[in-house]
Amino acid sequence: MNLDLIALANLRRRKARAAFVLTGLLIGVATTVALISLVEALEANITTKLEKYGANILVTPKTESLPLAYEGLNLGGVSVETAQLRESDLDRIRTIKNARNIAAVGPLVLGPVRVKGSQVLLTGVDFSQSRILKPWWKIRGAWPEGEGLVAGAEAAKVLGLSPGERVEINGRRLTVSGLLEPNGSQDDHLLLAPFGLAQAVLGKPGQVSLVEVAALCTECPIQEMVAQISQALPGAKVMAIQQVVKGRMETIGHFRRIFYGVSALVVLVGGLMVMVNMMGSVRERQRDIGIFRAVGFRASQVVRIILLEAGIISLLAGLAGLGVGFGAARAALPLLTEMSHGVGVFDPILAGLSLVLAVAVGLLAGLYPALMAARLDPTQALRAL
Amino acid sequence: MSYIEAHGLTKIYGDNGNSVRAVDGLSFEIQAGEFVAVMGESGSGKSTLLSILGGLLSPNQGSLIADGLDLYRLSRDQRANFRREFLGFVFQSFHLLPYLTVIENVMLPLATAKLGRKRSRAMALAALERVGLASKAGRLPDQISGGEQERTALARAIVNQPPILLADEPTGNLDSKTSGQVIEMIGELNREGMTVVMVTHSAACARAAGRILTMSDGRLVAESGPEGLACG
Repeated sequence: MNLDLIALANLRRRKARAAFVLTGLLIGVATTVALISLVEALEANITTKLEKYGANILVTPKTESLPLAYEGLNLGGVSVETAQLRESDLDRIRTIKNARNIAAVGPLVLGPVRVKGSQVLLTGVDFSQSRILKPWWKIRGAWPEGEGLVAGAEAAKVLGLSPGERVEINGRRLTVSGLLEPNGSQDDHLLLAPFGLAQAVLGKPGQVSLVEVAALCTECPIQEMVAQISQALPGAKVMAIQQVVKGRMETIGHFRRIFYGVSALVVLVGGLMVMVNMMGSVRERQRDIGIFRAVGFRASQVVRIILLEAGIISLLAGLAGLGVGFGAARAALPLLTEMSHGVGVFDPILAGLSLVLAVAVGLLAGLYPALMAARLDPTQALRAL
Repeated sequence: MSYIEAHGLTKIYGDNGNSVRAVDGLSFEIQAGEFVAVMGESGSGKSTLLSILGGLLSPNQGSLIADGLDLYRLSRDQRANFRREFLGFVFQSFHLLPYLTVIENVMLPLATAKLGRKRSRAMALAALERVGLASKAGRLPDQISGGEQERTALARAIVNQPPILLADEPTGNLDSKTSGQVIEMIGELNREGMTVVMVTHSAACARAAGRILTMSDGRLVAESGPEGLACG
């Protein structure tokens, strides 16, 4: 016979009460585990998607600005390219230290052309990279091959272009193979041709106007990638598209804060349930406590019995809550993303921390009832019948 | 030196105009190995006196010396240790824990004594054999009779072989035959050297004692031997 056995024997005897207390804390732990697992999985999913699709680094030629002003009168300025980007520069981008974090490198060549009497911007694009860089592009018709081009929605409307039509641009006859669905960006106003063809039509062989890079930055800060590319291309200006990055992180951070808040609230309620129930249990067990004191238990030993009971309930609630929480997250993920049931969400660090949290909350909640029990007058307790 | 010395013990419940002197200036001595019965009407302060003797209830005034220790100058933890090593308690309502078996109830005073499980169990079985209940060791309290529950409580009180036994109406809930058995057991323990202080209403039970203290309104009003008792 020892204090641990006394605690266990009491819990076995009062199974219904112990189960009720356990359920409250179990719900708290399960909610915390489920919400945090979901937010972590969603964060990983969103980050992967956002970083995989769409450019987040721009490489442009370096320019020097020459302001035009005299005696306080500002007449604007002129920018002069100090160096041009060449096609050979594209290979150097793939030689940086974090090259494995590069999902796509998309060169563009730009230049104005006249089509049916109107001026329009012709853009040379590497269509093999556009799946990653421009996943929102939807085409009516076919992607261009050979001497073909695609017209943005607005450009097609203004120039009266339709799929299959042949147009003359700078002395070459090109076929409109398809029209881009409108997407509300500048792409709606462009004519898009294969990169090499556009270079030839624009008379810019080997030249690159700018490069779009899609970097996967889960493991590295984007500024590091920018610095590495700048080092590889000293004549270029390399920028992170900060707004995109910041926006993503803010959205994810917002979700996380909400979920943490909800989890904290539910765990608090669970802890309060433990405390209130244990206070009730102490009142019911006044006689038991009187006997303990009469046979020579110290106040600290009475506290230990109560805290042991709280600790055992919390540990069981923690373990059960882990199972329910991870199970719920696994079941909910396919409803929120395209991830399948087969994707595991178990995080051993989250599991360990949740278990520690459950026991800590349970012990903290049991402390006041335990101290209440220790302060009971034994003679009053023994008369409590 | 007497084994137990009470000097001017006073316990007051309530405050100001609504106070009650449950024990009022009680002084007495008990020698080692004595069997003392404390009698009196309900409300005379007998149980309060027993709680004070057991170190469970601090008096407002006075002192209590037991085995050379001034009990109420000790800390709460020291008094708890004293109870564990020197005292055995038997209550009127048995006060067994319903979720522990008979032998586990008897082992309760040993739970904090840092003895091994085997040794504790052996001591508990010896105590149960002493009261004739070794065969009921594995039963729960609600599976045995009232007399057996009281004997279990007695076994719990003597499991650690304390020098002092305090019994508060140990036969209060028992029939006369069972009462006689319990009193006989207590008498036997006393003959083996245990000091016994027993609170009782029953004159028949008090006859087993060597000295009877009679209380009224918290005061000691008479002291006699068992021959001074009326029958009944």
